[in-house]
Amino acid sequence: MLRLEKRPTPSRFWLYATPPVAVILTMIAGGILFAAMGKNPFEVIRTIFWDPVFGEFAFYLRGQLLVKAGPLILIAIGLALGFRAGIWNIGAEGQYIMGAIIGASVGLAVFPTENRLIFPVMVIAGAFGGWAWAMIPAILKTRFNTNEILVSLMLVYVAQTILAKASTGFLKNPEGMGFPGSRNFSSYPAAQNAELIAGTGLHWGGVAALVTAVLAWILLTRHQAGFQIRLAGQAPRAARFHGVSPARLVVLCMGISGALAGMAGLFEVTGPAGQISIDFNTGYGFTAIIVAFLGRLNPLGIVLAGFLMALTYVGGEMAATNLGLPAAAIQVFQGMLLFFLLAVDVLTNYRFRLAVGAH
Amino acid sequence: MDFGGINPVILIATLMASAVPILLAALGETVVERAGVLNLGVEGMMIIGALGGFVVAVQTGSPVLGFLGGAVAGAALSLIFALLTQVFLANQVATGLALTLFGLGVSSLGGQGYNGIKPPPTGPLLPDALADLPVVGPILFGHDWVVYFSILMTAVLWWVLKATRVGLIIRAVGESHEAAHALGYKVNRIRLACIAFGGAMAGMGGAYVSLARVPQWVDGITAGAGWIALAIVVFASWKPWRVLIGAYLFGGITVLQLNLQVAGSAIPVEYLSMAPYLITILVLVIMSAGRKGKASGAPASLGQNFHASR
Repeated sequence: MLRLEKRPTPSRFWLYATPPVAVILTMIAGGILFAAMGKNPFEVIRTIFWDPVFGEFAFYLRGQLLVKAGPLILIAIGLALGFRAGIWNIGAEGQYIMGAIIGASVGLAVFPTENRLIFPVMVIAGAFGGWAWAMIPAILKTRFNTNEILVSLMLVYVAQTILAKASTGFLKNPEGMGFPGSRNFSSYPAAQNAELIAGTGLHWGGVAALVTAVLAWILLTRHQAGFQIRLAGQAPRAARFHGVSPARLVVLCMGISGALAGMAGLFEVTGPAGQISIDFNTGYGFTAIIVAFLGRLNPLGIVLAGFLMALTYVGGEMAATNLGLPAAAIQVFQGMLLFFLLAVDVLTNYRFRLAVGAH
Repeated sequence: MDFGGINPVILIATLMASAVPILLAALGETVVERAGVLNLGVEGMMIIGALGGFVVAVQTGSPVLGFLGGAVAGAALSLIFALLTQVFLANQVATGLALTLFGLGVSSLGGQGYNGIKPPPTGPLLPDALADLPVVGPILFGHDWVVYFSILMTAVLWWVLKATRVGLIIRAVGESHEAAHALGYKVNRIRLACIAFGGAMAGMGGAYVSLARVPQWVDGITAGAGWIALAIVVFASWKPWRVLIGAYLFGGITVLQLNLQVAGSAIPVEYLSMAPYLITILVLVIMSAGRKGKASGAPASLGQNFHASR
């Protein structure tokens, strides 16, 4: 019989080895799933993981990778800070939507003024929108001890109804001939989040994601606040003796993750999505949870994880058009990845031992 | 007896039916949490149950088998959660979230080809003569069997948790897994059984959405009902009868806002449809305010994994 034995200290090897092992296991299980759906598993896996980077259309798809990875990384870094401290903001999708709405509203309010300051102000407004939306669960948590998981999640549904109202009501394009959706930012240069270097897919969101990753890494490893976040997650009691205020930590972590998600929403709506529409949000706020765990809640790991997850999006779209793989199959694939990651993670803190005889 | 186009008798009768999915799911989750496990995957188990129930009912033509299929599907998904948290000792919050993401994906994948089909109807249980009685007829006698089943389950769970040996063991495991282990109970096996029960209840609740409430298959059909069920467990302080009250209050709000939408209320549709979620938040605040920590009735070992070192 195999039995689990707790390691005296977490294994450093498995800490870094679990994500690749989980990815390989997911490829195997995903291959079985794709085979069960009547597809050639090797072809599907190649289309998802190889073709976007090295295939025939890689020159275009590589750019798409950065487009998808940007928001995922930006949101996941914020979430990871909270997850490390045991603060579960799972309503990033709502903060993403609200950031996009508030930021876009600011830009559309001054349409068609041309001024270099408009876009930066919109970014700040977007961050503010996400921050404010995240402050609702944060303040309810600190004031009334309300569960932040449930409140932040409920607010996703509220944000979605506000988004529906925005795209059919207060932000609707007055020249849109009655179609829902706001003005398209691609025809409003001052507020547009354009591609910075043609063909790379790099826009300000991607720049922000990479800069944030570095800043978050410095925060976690070199700054007092980062130390407090790690301490609160690993030893809550010790953190209290150290003088860490749990309430301040909740406000800090929720605020950062909300602001980053709001910024991501604004970059998306002014860039790749182009306009506020009823379904511009594509679940990045939820997928970012997987990215955060896949990156081991480490900012630099999250950058890698963000690109890998972007690969499943871009490759998944390829597989959908070329091989007729349903889009939902990719969602299942991403869910499986998180399962395998959580399962393999047991090896970090425990080891399997052959149990000999009775105890 | 109409108030602004809304008949209170019809309202009460409808709210009892509309509360069934969240009532069943919340009852299941109550047992899971009383055993000390926080399964945030209720939404995923519900939607898998909604799909499983729908597919079985359409294939066999029997709604009863459909509900059974929903329960089996929900329990099957919950076993993934049980495996990860009880055997591989994974973080319960993260695993629950993964379960929801996975369940939504699987249901959307498996539901293709089932759009626009009508499932076999689940009719009223009792003869029409009883249901036609004024006032009490629609409220007491006009329902399908699942409504009565959900009330029966409330009573059964209340009795099991309060007055039986099984209930005592579940509560012991949830309050102090170390003590329960010292007494010789297999903590992880008991929790596994509770998780599977919770999955079956959530799956059946989901099946009620796709077989009786809507009734057809739509992607993302449960629309956050699983999360509301989780909130109701907190609202109910982990007590079955209070779960019933919470579910009915919530069902009432949902039905009322739908009725107001139909009656052409002055309040815009968008604000009405966000009302259930806002009220859930409000209720959570009221229930949590002023009662910090353990006093809220939460099981003491809630969310903590157990690993027997000896």
